[in-house]
Order: sequence, then structure tokens, then C-alpha cells
Amino acid sequence: MNRYTWRTGILEAVMIIAALLFLVPVYILFNLAFRAAGDNQSPLALTTQPTLDNFGQAWERGNLANALINSTVVTVLSILILIIVSALAAYPLARITARWSRLAYTLFMLGLLLPMQLAFIPLYRTFLELQLLGTLWALIIFYAGLQVPFSVFLYTSFLRALPRDYEEAATLDGCRPWQAFFRVVFPLLGPVTGTVAALNTILVWNDFLTPLLYLSGSGTQTVPVSIYGFVGQYTTEWPIVFAGLVIGMIPILVAYFAMQGRVMRGFSSGLKG
Amino acid sequence: MARPRSSKPQLRFSTTWWYLLPALALYTFVVLVPSVRGLIEAFTDWDGLSTDRNFVGFENFVDITQDPVALQTIVQTITIAIALTILQNGIGLLLALGIKSRIKSQRILRLVFFAPAVVTPILTAYLWKYILSPGGALDLGLGATGLGFLQQDWLGDPDLALWCVIAVLVWQFSGYSMLIFLAGLEGIPEETLEAASVDGAGTFRKFFYITVPMLAPAIIVNTMLTLVGGLKQFDVVWVLTNGGPANSTQTLSTLIYKNAFQFSEYGYSIALAVVLTLIAVPISLIQQRIAQRGRTVA
Repeated sequence: MNRYTWRTGILEAVMIIAALLFLVPVYILFNLAFRAAGDNQSPLALTTQPTLDNFGQAWERGNLANALINSTVVTVLSILILIIVSALAAYPLARITARWSRLAYTLFMLGLLLPMQLAFIPLYRTFLELQLLGTLWALIIFYAGLQVPFSVFLYTSFLRALPRDYEEAATLDGCRPWQAFFRVVFPLLGPVTGTVAALNTILVWNDFLTPLLYLSGSGTQTVPVSIYGFVGQYTTEWPIVFAGLVIGMIPILVAYFAMQGRVMRGFSSGLKG
Repeated sequence: MARPRSSKPQLRFSTTWWYLLPALALYTFVVLVPSVRGLIEAFTDWDGLSTDRNFVGFENFVDITQDPVALQTIVQTITIAIALTILQNGIGLLLALGIKSRIKSQRILRLVFFAPAVVTPILTAYLWKYILSPGGALDLGLGATGLGFLQQDWLGDPDLALWCVIAVLVWQFSGYSMLIFLAGLEGIPEETLEAASVDGAGTFRKFFYITVPMLAPAIIVNTMLTLVGGLKQFDVVWVLTNGGPANSTQTLSTLIYKNAFQFSEYGYSIALAVVLTLIAVPISLIQQRIAQRGRTVA
């Protein structure tokens, strides 16, 4: 019963029109990013003489090269740490059923309830006292720690459902638990690792408030903070601002288009879990 | 005679308890200890800088109940959460239903509608700030289509600003809800719907009696996520309106930030964070309970 009726055709047309309307802001964004400075046409009219000038200016004035590097470093390192500690922690939580294991799991799950706003400022003060503010490490530790509850939850749920046969076979072959974990179990956790990586890449890369606060005044910036300062300086020069916005969006959009399947699966499975 | 070998060697899981430690250490340092500190410091009058810090009991909380800005902010925060939940999920559901039909452009439509959800929120917020500015793209578009009488300073009008913020958030995040509904719709067997058609059920009856009940888990997940997410909104508000005009778009998150870092009212701002926690925790708890029950039943 997979006929494509005229009703389906109408639905398709409606959806496409909805998508086009949805994309109007994006059209405006690119339209103006390529527009020369003195050009005063309506933002809705297609730019007749596109220029790349704005991008060059935005790149230089916005110090975006550094910001891109910083964002990448923070994202990659925090996710690496997160994956390793969460997968490790999930192993005893999933395999050991003693009381302390269940209590520990509940303790981790407590983190899912608490909004970050409560811990946010006291933690800022801690980093201040440790003189870690203004460094990328404060951010890396922050994100890794913040996302532990959810990642532990994902890994533990998955592991609990995983049959022990593989680990037992590995032990028969003479592996100790350590080897059994890294050689046998961790590779099997692939799907969860993918989800954790996808969700957190987006979350960490896009985060604004924490880097704004932790890095303020230091010259170090991540991409969102860099754009924030940049726009603040050039509020009326919209074409340059828009070029800056486009540059800011490119990394994440590229990652999104390249990994769309993985990203979307990660979001829907991770959030449903 | 050799003793028979005992059954296969047991994996000594008890030796792996220390695998917990790194995660536990990070988590305690970043989440647990600061949260407890926060809870305690909400009862002080500390300004965050000096060494002068006194316990003042519930004074901060009493101040909140007497501060019109704080009360207005709480109402607005809850408004955003509820409005966002209804609108974002409503549109997300419609999009999911439209995509999960027999149309050909499914993949690209899904890609398009979900894209804003992955882009950095402050970037899209700046884009919308321009569009909604007086004489900006929206006003120009209205003028060009003969609706010029609707032109106004969208973000500068205390009565409209909050709804503009909500509209931007809906645009940005409807794709999220859509994705979860799509996953939920996948779980509805074709045969059930076809059998219903054979029995003479029309589109509406099929929708309300089959689709909606089977979407219940997705509806619950989406509702809880958007409620809690809506309560915590910072980035978009900060960029679009910075809480103005006249505090009409102030959210708990922006107010907490301002009190701690602009007004040096550290204890007060943490008290506001506690209020936010008190509102958000029951919602998250309910979600966890429902999720657990769903899993034990399934």
C-alpha cells in the first residue's frame, strides 16, 4: 500500500514550502554576508555583486583562528576524557550487583536532576582559587565532569543489556578483567560511544555562558565567545557581522552534514534513553 | 587421580570497583561539591569578593518573594517553559507526521528542520536580532507584502519581546522534538494502521486512537525535556534582549548571572539558582519515574 496519491503530492508540496519558509533567515544570512558595504538594497533581494571582503575582515578582526583552535581543543579533550571515565565507571556499575554499586549508580543519577546553575558559580569560585580561570583546562574539566551522569547512564544501560559471554570467553583465554574490558567490551560499546561523542561535541562546541565567564578578560576565547565580542564591536556593520556568523557556523554545519545520520540517531536514541 | 577442574574461571568483577574512581572524582569535583556549596551559600549575604560573609538564614529567599523583578522573572521563566513545550512539540509533531508519510523528500526535509538545533544558539540569535530589529528584514518583508501596519520594534516592546524570544526558540528547536517524534513513530507497526483502515477507520480516528497512545513515551520525553530546557534558557535571551526591555524577557538564568557578576549579590543569585532547582527537579524526577516504569513494563 505504498501508492503516491495526489494527496501525498499536496503534503509534499506543503512540507517543501514550510521548509523554504523555515530557511528564509538562513537565506538572509548568506545573502548579506556576501554583500558589499555600501549596498543598500533590501535584505530580501538577492545580492547582485557578491564579495568575499566581509569574510576576510571578519576573520582578521574577530580573531577567529585562535577561537577555532581553542574550541577544538576543549571539545576533543573533554569528550575523550568523558568517554574513557564513563565507560570505565559503567563496567562495575553494570556488572556488580552489590549494594554499594547500586548506591553509586544512584549517586551518579542525582546529577541528572540538578540544574547546572546551582553548581555553576561555586565551581567558578573554586577555579578562581585554584587559579585555573582563563585556561582551557577549567573548561575541559567542567564539561567532562558535567556530562558524567548522562554518559554513565548511557553506558551502564547498554552494558547491562550486553551478554557476558564475550567477557567470559575472554577470561577463558586467560585475560584479566582489565584486558577483557579494553580488548573485548569497550569495542562493543561502539554505538554508545558514538552517541556520547555526537551529543557532546555539539553541546560543548556551542556552549556560551561558561566560556564567557571562565575565560573573560584573558585573551583566550572559544568560538561563541569570540563572536559575541566581535558582534558587540561591529553592531551596525551587518555584512561583516553576518560574515562572522557564517564563519562561526561553518565548522558545526560541516560536521553536521558529514555525520548527519550518526548525529540524528545519537540525539533521538540518547534523548529517548 | 587429578581433581576435576572446577567450572569455568569466574571473572573477578570485584577487582574492578576502582574503575569507578575517575568518573566519581570528576563528578564530585564539578557537580556534587559545588552544588552543596551553593546550597549553603544561598543562606549567606556574601558579595562573592570580600571576606565578609555572614549567615542570614532565609533572608535571601524572603527578599526574592518581595522583589518584583525576581517574581516577574520567575513567572516569565515558567511562561517560556510552558509556551515552548506546547509550541515546539506541536510543531515538532506536525513536522514528524509530515515527514513520516510517503513523500519523497524525507531525508532532506529532516536535515533542514533539524539543522538549527545543532547550530550555536547565539549565532542564530544574532541573526534573528537583526531580522527583528526595527527596519530589519521582518519589517521590510511586512512592508513589501502590504502588511506594513504590522511593523514595529519587535524586541523593544515589553509586551511582545517575550513572545519573540519564544518564537525564535521554537524555530531553533522544533527539529529536536521532531526527531524524537520520528523515532516514536517508527515504533508504530504499519500493520496496525492498515488493519484499522481496513476496518473503516478514517485518518482522524487512526491518529487519535492508535498513533497518539503509541506515541505516549515520546510525548512524555519531549514534554519533560522542553519544560526543563525552557526553564534554563540563557544564550538566546542574553543575545536577543539581555533580559529587557524593562525586564520583560528576564529569565532565572540571566538574572542569576546578573546578580552574581554585575550586582555582586552572590548569596542572592545562588538563592535564585536554588529556586530554579526547586522548579526543575520535580519535573526531572517525574520523567525518571515514568521512564523507569516504562522500562520495567516493556
